[in-house]
Amino acid sequence: MTTASSKKQPPLSKNPFAKYQLDQFFDEMFDANLKVRPHYDKLLRRFSQLAGDELEQRRLMADLSFLNQGITFTVYNDTKGTERIFPFDLIPRVIPAAEWAHIESGLIQRITALNLFLHDIYHSRHILRDKVISEEHVLGATHYRPEFAGFQVPRNIYIHVCGTDLVRDETGQYLVLEDNARCPSGVSYVLENRQTLKRVFPRFFRAYGVRPVEHYPAELLKVLQYIAPRGRPDSKVVLLTPGIYNSAYYEHSFLARQMGIEIVEGRDLVVRNGHVFMRTTKGLESVDVIYRRVDDDFLDPKVFRPDSALGVPGLVEAYRAGNVSLANSIGTGVADDKLTYHFVPQMIKYYLQQDPILPNVPTYLACDPTDHQFIMENLPKLVVKAVNESGGYGMLIGPKASKAEIEKFRGLIEKKPRNYIAQPTLALSRHPCFINGGFEGRHVDLRPYVLYGEKVSIIPGGLTRVALKKGSLVVNSSQGGGSKDTWVLEGNS
Amino acid sequence: MLSRVADCLYWLGRNVERAENIARIVDVNLQLMLDAPIRESRQLKKNWLPIAACLGEDERLQKKQRRVDSERVADFLVFDRENPNSISSCLFSARENARTVRERISTEMWEHLNRAYLWSAGAGARKLYQNNQYGFFQNLKEICYLFHGITDSSLSHDERWEFLQVGKFLERAEKTSRVVDEEYHLLRQNGKSPSNEHLQWTAVLRSCSARQAYQRIYVSDVQASKVADLLILNKEFPRSIEFCVLQVDQSLRRLSGVLPGKFSNAAEKLSGRLAAELNFSSIEEIIAPGLHAAMDTLQVQLNQIGEAIFRTYIDPVIPEAPEVAAQAEAAQQQ
Repeated sequence: MTTASSKKQPPLSKNPFAKYQLDQFFDEMFDANLKVRPHYDKLLRRFSQLAGDELEQRRLMADLSFLNQGITFTVYNDTKGTERIFPFDLIPRVIPAAEWAHIESGLIQRITALNLFLHDIYHSRHILRDKVISEEHVLGATHYRPEFAGFQVPRNIYIHVCGTDLVRDETGQYLVLEDNARCPSGVSYVLENRQTLKRVFPRFFRAYGVRPVEHYPAELLKVLQYIAPRGRPDSKVVLLTPGIYNSAYYEHSFLARQMGIEIVEGRDLVVRNGHVFMRTTKGLESVDVIYRRVDDDFLDPKVFRPDSALGVPGLVEAYRAGNVSLANSIGTGVADDKLTYHFVPQMIKYYLQQDPILPNVPTYLACDPTDHQFIMENLPKLVVKAVNESGGYGMLIGPKASKAEIEKFRGLIEKKPRNYIAQPTLALSRHPCFINGGFEGRHVDLRPYVLYGEKVSIIPGGLTRVALKKGSLVVNSSQGGGSKDTWVLEGNS
Repeated sequence: MLSRVADCLYWLGRNVERAENIARIVDVNLQLMLDAPIRESRQLKKNWLPIAACLGEDERLQKKQRRVDSERVADFLVFDRENPNSISSCLFSARENARTVRERISTEMWEHLNRAYLWSAGAGARKLYQNNQYGFFQNLKEICYLFHGITDSSLSHDERWEFLQVGKFLERAEKTSRVVDEEYHLLRQNGKSPSNEHLQWTAVLRSCSARQAYQRIYVSDVQASKVADLLILNKEFPRSIEFCVLQVDQSLRRLSGVLPGKFSNAAEKLSGRLAAELNFSSIEEIIAPGLHAAMDTLQVQLNQIGEAIFRTYIDPVIPEAPEVAAQAEAAQQQ
């Protein structure tokens, strides 16, 4: 094995990556000849200097630190309510400056187009009239909210916080896998992973120029204040959570604490005279901006799901009256519908007259006759996704699925073609992970967090999620995924 | 502050205090059983029932445990998560309270409680309990003391702190009254032989961490009326009922800003009244109706304060629309 040509390189027998396998995937750390990429060089050397069990000890130290801080999540469909830590892999993912600049400009372009799209479809619908996207695709989306057609959202911003999932293919090209334009979660792990890694490997950071991420909560707060009704400067901002039994409660509480704002549940809020108030020990106090981590459906039982116990009766009325602002706005779900996703490159051309900087993954629409036939003929090779599900649910990974599962999806697609899309199974890039005392490649993705306020801002990097199960392509925490710290460098190595 | 947050803090204070009290009471009684000349199940049950009663769990215990022995009862009071007032349940609830208001309390408070809960729910705690009961209860008590200490020195003494205090001291006053009450039952069960009486009043003192305070103040044998005086009316001992009621009253006044002698809501009206009553009574007057009746009355009064706090701060009636506008306007002018 040839690694960096440094004289300080430890002897081969001590090289912890001596047995590392690429298995024909694009590897973030090594090139096809197993030569370390320049921006990972220092990291490789540091790891080579660590004694055999030192990494394992530090891993335990990191796990314990997460556990003691209560940085845990509860798994859906787990009746015992077991709390788990989100597995954290010690080896950071490193992104050189030039690569990040490319990603950043692509994300800015994309969020700009998505916002223009949302404004358009809730108002004049030019893009539908010009037949760039067919009307039934958009107006038939589950998360399209006809009630909000013609409604003016504060500052014309729909998606204030967007989590866009990126993957790299076998050539290393970054592709957009999906947009999360409703309530993307995971950003707290970006900040906690960084803190933990700093605790566990303080010396690493000195060797690298790693761009900080700690200002995310401050940036988010700026966005929330920017959209306050009538530009009120001393606006009262709160975070609306479904409560402690939500798997992301830790994150809600973390962000509220970091921003110094109140975290509220639906029952803490009341609406009177079209204004929102929270119930305090000193009586009612008015609320101006709600960073809601509750989906549209649960926001207001008077308008959406009447059985929602999480929401606030009358909230939508207050929102419509312009007395309270919401982030994200109601109705953004149509933008992260996986059918809409397919058309984002067209949107970019239509609204911005630009070519997309970050391409999409090729997508076949089950509701398109030609694509439909292709999907049905190639199910065992494709990944099928329900258009409005997230979190790795409602998915078929053809090459890994049993015959029965494939037939089940065939039936589902036949029944409701509008609800399904298919994509080729991607050879996602891999990254070395510390597993059973050695290093093995595991598939990764990247979720940067895009904030849209007075301007678009993106904290460098984002959440690198990793499918820790050998061979698995699913990175979601609910399905055995873990995460890594993500370093965007000041320079290119 | 959000009403729900105030409620959580109040219960956080109460749950930690409750866990500590149970630990102390069970510990003392397990030791007492070693001295007591009782071996049969029926007799043991008679002895444990008042203790369970003192923890408010006698009915559940009766239903659940046909055969009673010290170990089973202790298990029911310490580990049983189906018993909402077991130590495990209290620590679990306290940790859930803390998790809910995680962003409103200090990181030190949260991490301490989270670690403590994880320990108590793990195999390590069971093992310690089996191998070294004394060490186990000592550990539990220290977890709670440490929580109060960390709270005291890492959280601003503002509204949040006051609600924690109110919860803590109401719970403590209530438990002290129950321990004193328990004594009444035990003496009725086992007869008033002098050795019995001494043993059991000593246990009462130890259940309230009051043995040393008693010795320092009275320099004498353990006598019923003096124990009652210390645990009910002492103004300096931090577990006496009067001390606790005074703390509750002062916290409530700091919350509202109303001076002693006056009141602005039902909670401080009741706490002020009870504090004055205790302040201007002798122990003879207090226990004139009988110890049991006196403690019963006190518990009712303490409960009423708790309910009044709930109605005043946590779940007040919300006025309909026109008044709200006026109120919100007024609130913003302050």
